[in-house]
Amino acid sequence: MDWGALHTILGGVNKHSTSIGKIWLTVLFIFRIMILVVAAERVWGDEQDDFVCNTLQPGCRNVCYDHFFPISHIRLWALQLIFVSTPALLVAMHVAYRRHEKKRQFRKGDQKCEFKDIEEIRKQRFHIEGSLWWTYTSSIFFRLIFEAVFMYAFYFMYDGFRMPRLMKCNAWPCPNTVDCFVSRPTEKTVFTIFMIAVSSICILLNVAELCYLLTKFFLGRSKKAGNSKQQPNHENKEETKQNEMNELISDSCQNTVIGFSS
Amino acid sequence: MTWAFLRDLLSGVNTYSTGIGRIWVAVVFMFRLLVYVAAAENIWKHEHDEFECNIKQPGCENVCFDHFFPVSHIRLWALQLIMVSTPSLLVVFHVAYRENREKHHNRKLYKNPGKIDGGLLCTYLISLILKTGLEIVFLVLFYKLYNGFKIPHLVKCDIKPCPNTVDCYISKPTEKMIFLYFLVATSCLCIILNLSELTYLVFKYSIKCYLKRHVKKQQ
Repeated sequence: MDWGALHTILGGVNKHSTSIGKIWLTVLFIFRIMILVVAAERVWGDEQDDFVCNTLQPGCRNVCYDHFFPISHIRLWALQLIFVSTPALLVAMHVAYRRHEKKRQFRKGDQKCEFKDIEEIRKQRFHIEGSLWWTYTSSIFFRLIFEAVFMYAFYFMYDGFRMPRLMKCNAWPCPNTVDCFVSRPTEKTVFTIFMIAVSSICILLNVAELCYLLTKFFLGRSKKAGNSKQQPNHENKEETKQNEMNELISDSCQNTVIGFSS
Repeated sequence: MTWAFLRDLLSGVNTYSTGIGRIWVAVVFMFRLLVYVAAAENIWKHEHDEFECNIKQPGCENVCFDHFFPVSHIRLWALQLIMVSTPSLLVVFHVAYRENREKHHNRKLYKNPGKIDGGLLCTYLISLILKTGLEIVFLVLFYKLYNGFKIPHLVKCDIKPCPNTVDCYISKPTEKMIFLYFLVATSCLCIILNLSELTYLVFKYSIKCYLKRHVKKQQ
């Protein structure tokens, strides 16, 4: 059980995401999770062992380390990544529920069901409309909130994003104000700034996706309202034509992201 | 044998669960297993090396560490994860037993061997009760062993061979406490999910039973 398992779970959601959602997922895995596992964990690996205080008083180092690092950067990032990935599970569950309903319809022999066999239902890609739109939009909203909360928590806990070389500590049992030296402060600052930058990019992607979904929703509604005001004699024909056009537009948008599909 | 084994086991359980059961599996994967492997394990990695007592007497640190941490938090956490996931296997075994019976008699005995009804319902309810019970047992164990869910940064120790009352310092107490609270919160969430699932199943099948009897009476 590791980040690979998360990749498997989220990879399934990828199929039903918008193109911006797929970019977000790629950024998440390559620039955040992979960097965390391959590089950042090594940089913070020896953090307490190499945290050195200018005193021989036993216990002073432990207490000072605990005072300046209530929760390590690396753990905070791991928690942030887990929380930010979790809303995508809502979408996965909704899709699984819809598939389950379609399978039930198919088994009952419902003639409305347009699938020839169960395999088709399993492979079907759902468009983001109806209740799935609400689930998807809420998941993006929660993602944004979690990202913002963690970034703020980071800033608040560490007074900015810089790792100082020297910290002065006078917590008991240190006999007086003692100099404590952090290991690899520059490297840690570089990685911190990198992770914050990528978080910001992810926030921007999520905002863009939210705007895209809202625009699509309102455009769709105004088209429907426009259609209903037209001549009632040709109402059905016009509606079907418009629906077909909308389908074509949304299909062409989603077909252009075949390259991202897993 | 790693946590991947548990993950695969639970994925199998997922197929025979209700909706709430699937949410429970998701919570266990994401907020307990993944957090344990990706974050918590590393905090407790060097806990013994970093446990420091204000004394040069050999053996004093060892004895004090052993006194204050009879079983490390992280080991209790791992045991809790394993124990709490295991009752779900009862359901998997029962479904396998049903399928075996069908093969043995060479005909369809059940409409759907994975459907939660009859004996499988009882097994499912028992597994839910066991899961909830084990969660509560481990929470109580944590509470009793460590006098609450707090981790102090200093403990005073006077066990032989320490010559007098000695100050011993625990490493990363704040970080450990944060993750301990996280563990307690997720355990409580899982308990609530299990109890809701139990209530939902009992309610659903009581109504089904009552309606069946009502229809029979009318006939």
